[in-house]
Amino acid sequence: MSLRTVSRAALLALAFNAWPEAARAQLISRPVPPEDVVERGRAAFTVSCGFCHGIDARGGEGGPDLVRSEMMLNDEGGDLLGPFLQVGRPDLGMPPFQLSEAEVAELAGFVRAQSQAVINRRLYVIQNVVTGDAARGRAYFNGEGGCNGCHSPAGDLAGIASRFDPPGLLNRFLYPGRGRGGSQPLSRRATVTPAAGPAVSGTLEYLDDFSVAIRDANGDYRSFSRDAAAVEVDDPYAAHVDLLGRYTDDDIHDLITYLVTLE
Amino acid sequence: MIRSVSLPALAILIGASALAAQGLDPGRLLGPPTDAWPTYNGDYTGRRYSPLDEIHGGNVGSLTLAWAFRQNTRGPAPGAGTIKATPLYVDGVLYYAAPDHAWAVDARTGREIWHFAWETSGGIHIGNRGVGMLGDTVYFETPDCFLVALDARTGDLRWTQRIADVRQEYFCTPPPMVIGDNLITGVGGDSLDVPGYLQSRDLETGELRWNFNTTPRGDEPGAETWPNAESMEHGGGMTWLPGTYDPELNLYYFGTGNPNPVYAGHSREGDNLYTCTIIAINPDTGEMAWYFQVSPHDTHDWDNVETPVLIDGVFEGEERRMLAQAARNGYFVLLDRVTGEHLLTTTFIETLNWSSGVDEAGRPRPNPDKEPQPDGTLVSPAEPGATNWYAPSFNPDTGLFYVHATESWAIDYVTDTGDNPQGFAGMAQQLYARHLLQAVDYQTGNIVWSHRYSGSGGTRSGLLTTAGGLLFAGDPTRNLIAFEPATGDVLWHVPLHAPVSNGPITYEMDGRQYVVVGAGDMLYAFTLPD
Repeated sequence: MSLRTVSRAALLALAFNAWPEAARAQLISRPVPPEDVVERGRAAFTVSCGFCHGIDARGGEGGPDLVRSEMMLNDEGGDLLGPFLQVGRPDLGMPPFQLSEAEVAELAGFVRAQSQAVINRRLYVIQNVVTGDAARGRAYFNGEGGCNGCHSPAGDLAGIASRFDPPGLLNRFLYPGRGRGGSQPLSRRATVTPAAGPAVSGTLEYLDDFSVAIRDANGDYRSFSRDAAAVEVDDPYAAHVDLLGRYTDDDIHDLITYLVTLE
Repeated sequence: MIRSVSLPALAILIGASALAAQGLDPGRLLGPPTDAWPTYNGDYTGRRYSPLDEIHGGNVGSLTLAWAFRQNTRGPAPGAGTIKATPLYVDGVLYYAAPDHAWAVDARTGREIWHFAWETSGGIHIGNRGVGMLGDTVYFETPDCFLVALDARTGDLRWTQRIADVRQEYFCTPPPMVIGDNLITGVGGDSLDVPGYLQSRDLETGELRWNFNTTPRGDEPGAETWPNAESMEHGGGMTWLPGTYDPELNLYYFGTGNPNPVYAGHSREGDNLYTCTIIAINPDTGEMAWYFQVSPHDTHDWDNVETPVLIDGVFEGEERRMLAQAARNGYFVLLDRVTGEHLLTTTFIETLNWSSGVDEAGRPRPNPDKEPQPDGTLVSPAEPGATNWYAPSFNPDTGLFYVHATESWAIDYVTDTGDNPQGFAGMAQQLYARHLLQAVDYQTGNIVWSHRYSGSGGTRSGLLTTAGGLLFAGDPTRNLIAFEPATGDVLWHVPLHAPVSNGPITYEMDGRQYVVVGAGDMLYAFTLPD
């Protein structure tokens, strides 16, 4: 929730700093100027351009979308925008603008930031998942969902809502094994029974159709061919997987609305 | 009107070009893949079925490593190091590509013959599916959307042509497809609502021959499935996998990607033709003969580019020329490929929950309640789909269509709820996934056998079947497996250093059959011992 109070430009700066170089290459296709440049561009755009092109530059009364404009996407620091503004499009009712090089670059920087905010999916913000009914969620938790078979609000779930944001918590209860919410998957335990020899239990390290490996109670790594060993895996998330095929969308929103009350 | 020209089409192909004086003769593109694997799918049918049978169920257990090749990319972005390309095999040489790179590798020894590196100006480096070839020219597309022609003998650059504007967020991954005088090229890019198109380029210069827009303009047919001109011009429908070709009908079949904005459908009400559609076009003119939309009004990022596989066989007691696709949205469709007549629509995963059923035309209809919402919608399959780009296989001996499938869930969100959403405008948060190899009876859509992999991780391996009674597949961990294609029994496997990441191929060289597969940054070649 707190993310939504942060400005888009600040998010962009955050994102730049937080990601490894490789991730940036994937998601931010073109560099965005520093925040102060973008903000000066935004202010000028709002005054001079927003009326026709929309304050978000996506187009408005009479002016085309600039976020997806071929010219603006090929612009570099105002090198195409500057000459364009000096002439305008009088035939379409757009007057010329006499601006300094710096002012043009700021406008171009704002439009660039707007484009990258669309392109860069890491900046997208989930609006609100808490749209259900907490009482129905509690009833589902204790009834149809059978969640109380493993979990309790006073026990393992005490304070859960203060540890995850609502979208993260939603992801986590739907399937704790991966994804949003910083989940660390619980380890799976397995029991391997070799054809000759006693059964061994431990933490599952690896499993495919042909081999299995566990870490036993002594910390020893032990692998087996599945040709000569029976494997039983205890999946702590089996009940969560089963529910994925049974939930309605109302169920999941009722549940998250209940769970966010467990602060 | 559809032409039924067998001989003229053949003549055009054979007489296509002086380029064919050496290297890959165009006539070899028409044959089944035996002593060559000259196109992405081995031949134009997309079956990935080889008539070779030296390796068979009785001896596959003794298959052994012939060589391994590790590529060296030092690529600028992730994805560059993983071999997603299906190599071509022609006259003792393998040709393939990765983002910004192309190689020729000696198929006898695994020795690098040449390596071409492209200096990129950007673009998403998610993968490259391979090269096209004719005569002594090798063609490939780069992430910044240049079509590059190389001398197959040396790797020297012959020419380049820009085929899309990377600044508008196009990026390019598919292998160019040689059909007659046409070099068919496709484009990709979902980030900024650019429109999709398929093009034919001149084989000797790369100049444009024709352009086919995958969304209508003005009042063209299909415009009635969009609310306004702007929505179609920003409507997506990318063309990022090669299609298949029937030389007798002279029709090229390909699938198109999802509409844009990706997760927000509220600014593009309607079916959004011709996105998520199987299209049949005349490759000489780019004129559409027919279409079938597999995902009307998609809002889940389920590109419908999966290979439309050509099947000649019986359907309801009648010999027909058909086309089958296992689509990313979880549906298996069977069409008459002469007319586009719908024959069959079934599902090939059990968890699918996004559709309200199949309409009278055989099209899966989206359930509006399962469109992404601001507070999230639980959707199966997840964004990567019930299957994806990794190649399926059809085996005429078993009559089964094989596909790597995933049963998965995600929460799908719209994040941009304004009147004018742009780009992805939402997201899918992935949840649980399990991975399957499905054997589908093409006549009924029934799953005849299903192998559920015990390993976790994704599936990227394509499939290959052979007349030797073998089905080769990579599992989600890192095994290459040979299955018995009628029963699904496992006959052989070998763990590699990384999961299989491309489609396996097979060919005969020096009187021996080889199987070559890409895993991560390596190619492995297997054959029988001396």
